[in-house]
Amino acid sequence: MAGDAADSRGSGIPPILLIPAGLGLAFLLLPLAGLLVRTPWSDLGTLLAQPEVSEALRLSLITAVTATGICLVLGVPLAWVLARATVPGMRLVRALLTLPLVLPPVVGGVALLLLLGRRGLIGQHLYDWFGLSLPFTTTAVVLSQAFVAMPFLVIAVEGALRGADRRFEDAAATLGASRWLIFRRVTLPLVAPGISAGAVLCFARALGEFGATITFAGNFPGVTRTMPLSVYLALESDPEAAIVLALVLLLVSVVVLVALRGRWVSGVAS
Amino acid sequence: MSLRRTHTAVPGRRLAALAAITLACTLTACGEAEDQPLGAGAGGAGQGEASGDITVFAAASLTDTFTELGEEFEAANPDATVTFSFAGSSALAQQILSGAPADVFASASPATMAQVTDEELTEGEPVVFVNNRLQIAVPAGNPGGVTGLEDLTKEDLTVALCAEEVPCGAASVKVFEAAGLTPAPDTYEDDVRAALTKVRLDEVDAALVYQTDVLVAGDEVEGIDFAESAEAINDYPIAALLGAPNPEGGQAFIDFVLSEEGQAVLGSAGFGSP
Repeated sequence: MAGDAADSRGSGIPPILLIPAGLGLAFLLLPLAGLLVRTPWSDLGTLLAQPEVSEALRLSLITAVTATGICLVLGVPLAWVLARATVPGMRLVRALLTLPLVLPPVVGGVALLLLLGRRGLIGQHLYDWFGLSLPFTTTAVVLSQAFVAMPFLVIAVEGALRGADRRFEDAAATLGASRWLIFRRVTLPLVAPGISAGAVLCFARALGEFGATITFAGNFPGVTRTMPLSVYLALESDPEAAIVLALVLLLVSVVVLVALRGRWVSGVAS
Repeated sequence: MSLRRTHTAVPGRRLAALAAITLACTLTACGEAEDQPLGAGAGGAGQGEASGDITVFAAASLTDTFTELGEEFEAANPDATVTFSFAGSSALAQQILSGAPADVFASASPATMAQVTDEELTEGEPVVFVNNRLQIAVPAGNPGGVTGLEDLTKEDLTVALCAEEVPCGAASVKVFEAAGLTPAPDTYEDDVRAALTKVRLDEVDAALVYQTDVLVAGDEVEGIDFAESAEAINDYPIAALLGAPNPEGGQAFIDFVLSEEGQAVLGSAGFGSP
């Protein structure tokens, strides 16, 4: 029945909308086609075999996975608090949390530098007391990525929590389960599709992070030079290499988003 | 993503005027004659004779000096308006190759100028109008105790260099080769101002930047000269562009940059004479 309804609605699209829709589609997809057309396919193997490429890709994958892990550990509880707490001012907190979504990443990088840099608000104490300096380290890359990516996870999980049926939790509570047990055995499984969708989105955002990374973490091969930084630098001297790097990043992102699509649909269906 | 590298110092009204003229010309295919009713004649590059809008594409490192030169030029040529687009030289070269309607291109390196001359898009040969050399920049008070180039090879100091892909990075490679030293940087910044910023914020103990950048940073940054900087003196070429909307105006601006007056402004900012 649901399928029939969707079909009849689909046939009701006014033809005049098809023109802007087609233009929109072309606008979003043609640049990618441009990338594919200009790819030096014959030199692809040699360019990909360069150690700098595999080094940057490996660094990108490791840092993005780590950042996603941090976002899961911190973001899921945060989403839970946002969805369930009834404290006044929660709306303001929620608005502030989504700030990194719209903030230019360079601004995020500057903010991180001024907080955690060697002369930063917190960073100067880390440096004076423990000799710890975060900029120019892989840790700084992970922090930059987590900063820009976490809101994606929090929003996805919060939405799932709000949509979840609380009667299951109530039932568990009447059966004598503790709050922690309910969270672990009832709430988490209930919103699992939302969490995985948020995690994939978070990972994709972390993988593409550029502005905050180059501002806060710097750029050193093998330590802080992730794929997006490599693409940008290659563009200065070797546009062909930049195209190949961009292609690799594009492929990885497509794989991630295809995975996301599956999760997202199953999340909606549940 | 090139946000940080693009400094377009165009007052809103001028930009609007430029946009309007560009649009009008696109729509009506108007000629140069309409743009310059006063018609600066052949060789009319002297003071007070240039007119119309002059669009100058200049390297980001020229932002401060060219803005000043533009104001002086406009004062001497009341009928002329100079509009600048400041960005990384390679980005500007790409824009010119893609047909950007500019009159003058001032590049921070002969290599990026070559991208434009290779396509025969300049009017005559580019002229080197200034040069720049590297200096070690350290935060005020020199917390790392840096005295010379060899200190930049120390692992325990935090050091920023420009990436090899950008001109100041290529120059850095040359000076280290000349000195027979292997640097130990912690980061390769994507342009010279980014490296300078890390010094200003006291996040690195030293960075290799141009001496003009050290002057720009004022009291926050100290500059340390080193002998090997002579091995990588960076020439800045300037050229009028073929098919420019305002060729006479463009040439007048170039003449002004090469004049004693123009060279004095550039010299006081730390640029060297060719």
